[in-house]
Amino acid sequence: MTGYIAKRVLGLLPTLLLVGFLVFMLVHLLPGDPARLAAGQDATPETVELVRKDLGLDKPLPQQFLRFVNGVVHWDFGRSLSTKRPVAGEIGDRFMPTFWLTVWSMVWSVLFGMAIGIVSAVWRNRWPDRVGMTLAVSGISFPAFALGMVLMQIFAVDLNWLPTVGNDTWRHYILPSITLGAAVAAIMARFTRSSFVDILGEDFIRTARAKGLNERRVVAKHALRNALIPVVTMMGLQFGFLLGGSIVVEKVFNWPGLGRLLVDAVDMRDYPVIQALVLLFSLEFILINLIVDVLYGLINPTIRYR
Amino acid sequence: MATLPAALQDVGASERVRTPWTEFWRKFRRQKVALVAAAFVALLVVVAIIAPWIVPYDAENFFDYDKLNAPPSAAHWFGVDALGRDILSRLLMGARISLAAGFLSVAIGAIVGTLLGLLAGYREGWWDRVVMRVCDVLFAFPGILLAIAIVAILGGGMANVIAAVAIFSVPTFARLVRGNTLALKHLTYIEAARSLGAPARTIVFRHIFPGTISAVVVYFSLRIGTSIITAASLSFLGMGAQPPTPEWGAMLDAARSDMLTAPHEAIFPALAIFLTVLAFNLLGDGLRDALDPRIERR
Repeated sequence: MTGYIAKRVLGLLPTLLLVGFLVFMLVHLLPGDPARLAAGQDATPETVELVRKDLGLDKPLPQQFLRFVNGVVHWDFGRSLSTKRPVAGEIGDRFMPTFWLTVWSMVWSVLFGMAIGIVSAVWRNRWPDRVGMTLAVSGISFPAFALGMVLMQIFAVDLNWLPTVGNDTWRHYILPSITLGAAVAAIMARFTRSSFVDILGEDFIRTARAKGLNERRVVAKHALRNALIPVVTMMGLQFGFLLGGSIVVEKVFNWPGLGRLLVDAVDMRDYPVIQALVLLFSLEFILINLIVDVLYGLINPTIRYR
Repeated sequence: MATLPAALQDVGASERVRTPWTEFWRKFRRQKVALVAAAFVALLVVVAIIAPWIVPYDAENFFDYDKLNAPPSAAHWFGVDALGRDILSRLLMGARISLAAGFLSVAIGAIVGTLLGLLAGYREGWWDRVVMRVCDVLFAFPGILLAIAIVAILGGGMANVIAAVAIFSVPTFARLVRGNTLALKHLTYIEAARSLGAPARTIVFRHIFPGTISAVVVYFSLRIGTSIITAASLSFLGMGAQPPTPEWGAMLDAARSDMLTAPHEAIFPALAIFLTVLAFNLLGDGLRDALDPRIERR
């Protein structure tokens, strides 16, 4: 098992390096001179040259890249152009709200989505299936920002049950995490259903039924574990969807998280912040996929020995 | 899609011949929901094309200052927005933008992705490693983030959004087609073509490519829904279409400040996006059920 994990981690290194290189190149792909961008519009040519030296932008590209990697490893992403604070500090303040938002969205959407998927598969082509799959296809078709606005209007404004914006109490988490998780719940439901339908048609299920096991036991014990294998992989992929979706949802609910920081940074062309966030989001995603792969190995022993 | 049936008809059979087309139509016809969705998509396309001639008012330059934020009425079926513009007119013109963005970005992504997938799958070796590594890197950016990063470099605006969403679609198609190509290239009919001395180009485009089409078509229609949402999301974030362009996501963003007094300004664009994406998703589901040979035995 340790060998398997080590192999997976090593396999990630080229991807990590390429992602880092792309993020590094972001600054050089931006139209205009990065030193002038950092110094500000009204800076004198002398100041621009000083900034260029200070940021190491006068060095050859490979050297700049090494400097960038070295900074990242030491958690140093430079300073924000708009607030002049270190980027690492800006991110530190905003990390937890986004983290909890994605975690809660993931938890409810996986539980809810799998439940709908299993119910739909067991009562295939009957009304629970039709209701569940109608909900699911609606869920993937409704854009998160529209759903957020609708939910906020109904539950926060009209009914006044829940707060509208901010993240002070657990009640603030309800609407944003429902908004963010809806599409993932829908995808999980569709995926779980098809995975379950496949498994329920297998010979070993027929054997279990032939042995006289009751249906509940067949579904909960024999089908569930096998159907979960592809579902776990899907979960990892959906986490990326949540990380990306949080950018939109945070704008709707005025959530003080990383997504809003990114949107503001793109607005202000604050490239050190953009670089750090793009890198952080993809690192998180790569890490989660690694965890999912390892989990996958735990559930499915045949994978480990390959 | 049209090459295969034509080739089969050349054999000289009567009209009872079962071509891939008739097989597809036989299965697709039975799915009422997908048929309705297809009709709706066709209607949307027609509306998008003739929008400039059927809008009741100018979508960008007509301002009814007496009716700011007015709810739906006989004169303005879907109401009026905060600047006095007719929402129905803006939605109809917005259909052009959203459909074009969805279709163009996926088409570019599908063409580039399919070519790369065929190349990687057929050549294997270095080509395969390079293409798949690039896909891994593109996949390492979660969701909409890659599109945001690209827009951050290229700047806002609809053309850049389309480019961003296209790049975002490439790896999906590349992986899909590569997988299919790897599976197909070892089949006997490919071996037969090779032993007849057919050049690689003929084998790839005449013999392997048709085998990947059904998967590409299914993904294409499912992907259009995602791309319309992504493009609208970018506009909602202020990175896509700029005012006064009547883009649906941008309209929703503008409606946020008047949600309390004029919810219709948000409801109609939200419904427009939802119904459009729903239609493409239902169509995609129907196509998958009709084109996937594994479905039949269930």
